Amino acid sequence: MATTDIAPAPSGAGTAPTSQVLRHTGRPPGQSGSGVARAIRYTLLLIFGLFVLLPAYVLIVTSLKRSGDVTADTAWSLPTAITGAGWAHAWSQLAPPLLRSLILGIGAATLSSILGSMNGFVFARWRFPMATTVFTLFLFGMFIPYQAVMIPLQGMLLSVEGQVPWFQGIVKLIIVHTIFGIPICTLIFRNYYATAVPKEMLEAARIDGAGMLKTYRSIILPLSMPAFVVTLIWQFTSAWNDFLFALFLTTRQNGPVTYALNELAGGQNPDYPSIMAGVLLASLPTLLVYILLGRYFIGGLMSGSVK
Amino acid sequence: MSRAKSWLPGLLLVSPSIVLIAVFVYGLIGQNIWVSLNTSVNPVTDKVVNPGGYQNYTQLLGSADYQHALWNLLVLTVVFMVGTMFFGLLWAVLLEKGVNGEGVFRSVYLYPMAVSFIAAGVVWRWLLSPATGDGAVGLNQLLNKMGLPQLENSWWSADSKFSMAAMAIPAVWQLSGYVMALFLAGFRGISEDQREAARIDGASEWQIYRHVLFPQLSPIALSALIILGHMSMKMFDLIYSIAGPNSYKASVPATLMWTQMFAQNDRVAAAVNATILLAIVAVVVVPYLIYTNKTETERD
Repeated sequence: MATTDIAPAPSGAGTAPTSQVLRHTGRPPGQSGSGVARAIRYTLLLIFGLFVLLPAYVLIVTSLKRSGDVTADTAWSLPTAITGAGWAHAWSQLAPPLLRSLILGIGAATLSSILGSMNGFVFARWRFPMATTVFTLFLFGMFIPYQAVMIPLQGMLLSVEGQVPWFQGIVKLIIVHTIFGIPICTLIFRNYYATAVPKEMLEAARIDGAGMLKTYRSIILPLSMPAFVVTLIWQFTSAWNDFLFALFLTTRQNGPVTYALNELAGGQNPDYPSIMAGVLLASLPTLLVYILLGRYFIGGLMSGSVK
Repeated sequence: MSRAKSWLPGLLLVSPSIVLIAVFVYGLIGQNIWVSLNTSVNPVTDKVVNPGGYQNYTQLLGSADYQHALWNLLVLTVVFMVGTMFFGLLWAVLLEKGVNGEGVFRSVYLYPMAVSFIAAGVVWRWLLSPATGDGAVGLNQLLNKMGLPQLENSWWSADSKFSMAAMAIPAVWQLSGYVMALFLAGFRGISEDQREAARIDGASEWQIYRHVLFPQLSPIALSALIILGHMSMKMFDLIYSIAGPNSYKASVPATLMWTQMFAQNDRVAAAVNATILLAIVAVVVVPYLIYTNKTETERD
């Protein structure tokens, strides 16, 4: 049953990925309703589906055209001659930032998931006085507009950069995304542990004399994989897709792919094939994650998408 | 074992995060408010730019630029929320009884969510190109080809009458699938028995939705509204990407803050703007958090 958690997390969301959350349990598909109603339903689904796919069509088709072939009157047509020139140019511009974004995504996702797991365990099963209040204060951190911390944050990180030269670009972003990812990761792990780890199990461990760290290591961590998958995917995607922090805290030389893509697309004489190929390149990793691990991705959405 | 001893390790395990959140969320918010109360003077003309204290706030709230941005934000938020909730619910209703190929439809509706606002903005800038007639590209040309030239319009750009409503289209495109997934999970959480019972009582399909299913989805609808509402207030990437960094036509508080900070070099006004933005979001989110917290505690 859906709860009124921060996001309407169906209980144990994150654990039970969508294949279960969304699975249909009624009559066999396509059997319900009269013939006319079904025809209308499929027609509507198809029309909406085509509309949602429009941008994808434009991207793929344009990215394969030759620069000279992108004219107003053939904007929606298929390419007359297919070329990889747009892709090649986009790749030459975006390869280094793509690598930086990869490091950023993996680094920030790993760190905030580890912190989130420890916090989630404590908030769900090893509570301290005022834990609920502290948890709520954490959650507020996930809703704040980052503009409200940006000015002092920028100044603070710049002054550290002045002392420690390597503290720049992606390193800064890893730190920032780790910290601002703590609330959502804590929420996901807390909800997961609250349903997936029975209180009796911990009680038994306590009676056996296991301390907190031992309980966490030997009972909690081995059960945590499903929640880790959700937070890792979620954090990777939001760090990869972020632009605001990148814009304020990095430069063209050391920024992630969103920064570079915006530069590529912002020129005076837009070269549409390479711009569109650039959009696809910059979106492929998150799309792949979504296609391959979609059910977990949706699990993350369910437990509170707020970025 | 004493009680204090038993919870202390828990507090210790969370303490690194408590320190980080305290410094980076609450500490920086405090510092930002401090900046927003400063007095500032134009170094060249010696004229006072920000008088300091609460007057900084009245000055910004009274300025035409800011009111224009607030109005834009209101239009954007209303169109974005209504559109996203409408399509999200509609798609969920179309899918919830189970159709062949449901997985495919679900993935198609949801894929925009995996794409960054910046990437989406690049495509939508092209789709929403304002040129009409022979020079039209993007949606205008498509409408033309579909025999609907009267629907061509200049979307969000300078001479458009409903610019921010057009700006909401890409946002609706990106998040409707998310709302669909939320509602779909809600529908699937309601047992089939309830529908059967209503059917036996002679309820029509519409009555089942209206009186049995929709009421049970209202907590989900509330959460979705809160999430969408606060996203809309923070929306920056999409507008920056479509309209460019310092667009007046499409300015909202979040993008105006960038203009204040870099184009106008006025950190104090930017901090005032950011603080008001935080307050607006807090008004929506804090009651919700407290309410959630209360129901959580009752459930324990």
